[in-house]
Amino acid sequence: MPALQASEQTARVTEIHVNGTRYTIDAAPDAPLLSVLRDQLDLTGSKYGCGEGQCGACTVLIDGNPRRSCITPVGAASKRQITTIEGLEQNGKLHALQQAFLEEGAMQCAYCTSGMIMTGVALLKSNPAPSDPQIIEYMQGNVCRCGTYPRIVAAVHRAAAEMAGAKPTGTATKGESR
Amino acid sequence: MSFPTTPEVLGRIEPEIVIEPERYELRAKPVYRFDLERRDFVKVFGAGIAVFLISKAAFAQQGESGGRRGGFGGEQMPKDISAWLHVDEEGAVTVYTGKVEIGQNIRTSLAQAVAEELHTPFSSITFVMGDTQVTPFDAGTFGSRSTPQMGTQLRHVASAACDILVDIAAKQWNVERSRLAAANGKVTDPSSGRALTYGQLARGHALAQAIPESDPLVPQDKWTVSGKALPKVDGRDFVTGQHKYTPDMKLVGMMYGKVLRPDSFGATLVSIDTGAAEAMRGVVVVHDGDFIGVAAPDPQTAERALAAIHAEWKELPGQPSSSNVYDYLKANVETGGQGGRGEGGARPSITGSMDAGLAAAQHKLDATYTVAYIQHVPLEPRAALAQWEGDKVTVWTGTQRPFGVRDELKDAFHLDEKNVRVLVPDTGSAYGGKHTGECAVAAARLAKSAGKPVKLVYTREEEFTWAYFRPVGVIEVRSGVRDDGVITAWEFHNYNSGGSAIGTPYAIANQLIAFHPTKYPLRQGSYRGLAATANIFARESHMDDLARLVKMDPLAFRLKNLADDDSGGRLRAVYRAAADKFGWGRAKPAPGHGFGIAGGTEKGGFVATCAEVSIDRASGEVRVLRAITAFECGAVVNPDGLRNQIIGANIMGLGGALFEAIQFENGRILNPKLSKYRVPRFKDAPQTEAVLVDRRDIAPAGAGEVPLMAIAPAIGNAILDATGTRLRSLPMVPNGLKA
Repeated sequence: MPALQASEQTARVTEIHVNGTRYTIDAAPDAPLLSVLRDQLDLTGSKYGCGEGQCGACTVLIDGNPRRSCITPVGAASKRQITTIEGLEQNGKLHALQQAFLEEGAMQCAYCTSGMIMTGVALLKSNPAPSDPQIIEYMQGNVCRCGTYPRIVAAVHRAAAEMAGAKPTGTATKGESR
Repeated sequence: MSFPTTPEVLGRIEPEIVIEPERYELRAKPVYRFDLERRDFVKVFGAGIAVFLISKAAFAQQGESGGRRGGFGGEQMPKDISAWLHVDEEGAVTVYTGKVEIGQNIRTSLAQAVAEELHTPFSSITFVMGDTQVTPFDAGTFGSRSTPQMGTQLRHVASAACDILVDIAAKQWNVERSRLAAANGKVTDPSSGRALTYGQLARGHALAQAIPESDPLVPQDKWTVSGKALPKVDGRDFVTGQHKYTPDMKLVGMMYGKVLRPDSFGATLVSIDTGAAEAMRGVVVVHDGDFIGVAAPDPQTAERALAAIHAEWKELPGQPSSSNVYDYLKANVETGGQGGRGEGGARPSITGSMDAGLAAAQHKLDATYTVAYIQHVPLEPRAALAQWEGDKVTVWTGTQRPFGVRDELKDAFHLDEKNVRVLVPDTGSAYGGKHTGECAVAAARLAKSAGKPVKLVYTREEEFTWAYFRPVGVIEVRSGVRDDGVITAWEFHNYNSGGSAIGTPYAIANQLIAFHPTKYPLRQGSYRGLAATANIFARESHMDDLARLVKMDPLAFRLKNLADDDSGGRLRAVYRAAADKFGWGRAKPAPGHGFGIAGGTEKGGFVATCAEVSIDRASGEVRVLRAITAFECGAVVNPDGLRNQIIGANIMGLGGALFEAIQFENGRILNPKLSKYRVPRFKDAPQTEAVLVDRRDIAPAGAGEVPLMAIAPAIGNAILDATGTRLRSLPMVPNGLKA
């Protein structure tokens, strides 16, 4: 994220755009975006996992780019379009990657799932047909302590196929036989 | 969501329970029995049909097939009621269990068991889990007990409920019950075509029936719901971010808590000034004995208030560090202690004579193995939300032991048990790391002073520092083997790490096996698989070295030495299944690659893992390319969930095998952050495969732990195969493998 401008560093942040909705808030500009989303807006799908941008559980999209909301000051995001996991579902229809996570069973405790999906959505936007190594490289910053990685890779492939309008052709080459 | 209030539900009986023959599985204290009058039950649960179970047999049955060897069993069974189920007038089924969902998927697999026996749609079943006020007492969700114990009990309860519904229909229609059939939430009379739904049958009834454990169960080979890969219950809530884990919860007027921590372990408070913090608007400061904490209207203010407290600490000098901890353990053996609750303990388990066994051997081998402290790193850190109403406290918290946490709260606040309620939302994993209630107690203490609900969520650093660790340990093995590959002597000493799977599944005439409790420097406790990971690492590494001494293939050597009993046969089967799938014995693809195999049994599960590694001699990087794990735990309840557990356990185990370790010095954790403590990530995950050995003739055992146990020695043996270097410390290559 760009550094805060001098004016942004002092003034309270009073407005934020999340999932297409403008919210009125009151936050210090250096308050973590994650805390504002969770504690002020009750958008708790984004999770705290490490507080230093190392686990990816807090990942949101800012102007379409995946960002660690735990280390993003709200002041740097206030004029931008923020998308959280709560904003993916459209008119009752899950995003293809959300659906793919269900179909692949790509979760155990699921605490990492929001961040995984947000990162995966960003990947699919920039690369609609990623290879195994591309998925792994892109998602390396997201931790699943339950070790569900092969299924998450498979879910990204499944969503890619779905979004391309094709039927998925079996499971990922990376993984686990099913 | 509203909950019935039932202060009189539970009454106490004398405890007589040994859950786990392992010292680091925290011990359960009280056992309760269901003591509710029928009319009260109806008041609480509403009209319909309620069934609850008093069972010893369900436990005893599993004790027999536990796969333990060498007299390390001795599990006593509780006498309490442990499950109940209610069918309401709409046919909705609610099941109450003290077990909790922590990612192991039992909310789904237990519902499959109920659906099977009750002959009702899976979707009509709701589970209420881990709520100390409305669910039966349960010692905790650990030890791989949920499927064999709770699953079996729920099958009995559901089966009995089905019988009752059939009885009602038979009476109503005035026909023999044997003429009726129950399926898909209905009882039908095939001769007349009549049918009544469970809801219709339950209507107007107010039955609360205790049942014996003798009702027939659907045999495993007739399962139609269990054994299927049903998707995770509530899965949609998880992919949409709607599920509320404890840290996501919020109550009206809720404040945010923070706890002041000492500078280091063992430090004592010299002086404290809380004036600046107390002067902050809306901030509550609590200093009560050793506890110092703050609560504030928002998290940022809570952080500022905590930082505004000036505290001076006197540190405890001379504490061991990660560099000398193994010497410390050996120098601080606790003599005359209680030992490991029958698992070796102060008294070794001896078979034959080590002297005779070594004398009969052509080759002898002594070796020492070590395992480091590691942390669970549950992605959801400890969290609790506490609310007082008068002298009653309610706490939501992610724990594996809701009733244990209730007792901690009861003791800490000198409360009557009925004034404490603990609820466990489905939790962001635990891995044995969430047995204790300190976070709940701290949140409740803050809430008491604040006069408002308080939420406390540990930071990752707090989780790394003030939770607890998998025990550190030293293992010494002395052995002898004949030229023909028969092991003649096996002496095994475990210092501190624990007694799980300390025995050997190989048939060895002369054995001495001992667990030695020692003093230890850091707070330690349960960890997925307990000490089985350490003990199997030492044993299976040693087995490969013995195979080399007699120039035998590692797999052939193991198969030759396995016992000829049922347990040995089951272990053989998983060894063969893993080896077949892996292609054991085929040529390695390239120089620098190695193959390794290892296996073991614990808690009724049998596991074998084959691993392929590659080593880049220039960079020293060790990569696990493939990991094939064969696993047998009796009949498979949910193959999809089981595969998820097996693969996940292997990837988690890979971290402890290769690089995870807590660094500590002078009472401080040196790497209490994810940026300094490496956990397995996407790039670390090998090509993995789970081979399920489904034994429909054997009642299901648990599966959350055992699949983790063989990956470390399989990797170690593969590194040996690739390089000729034997690594005897976990983690094996925290800094890579330098040429």
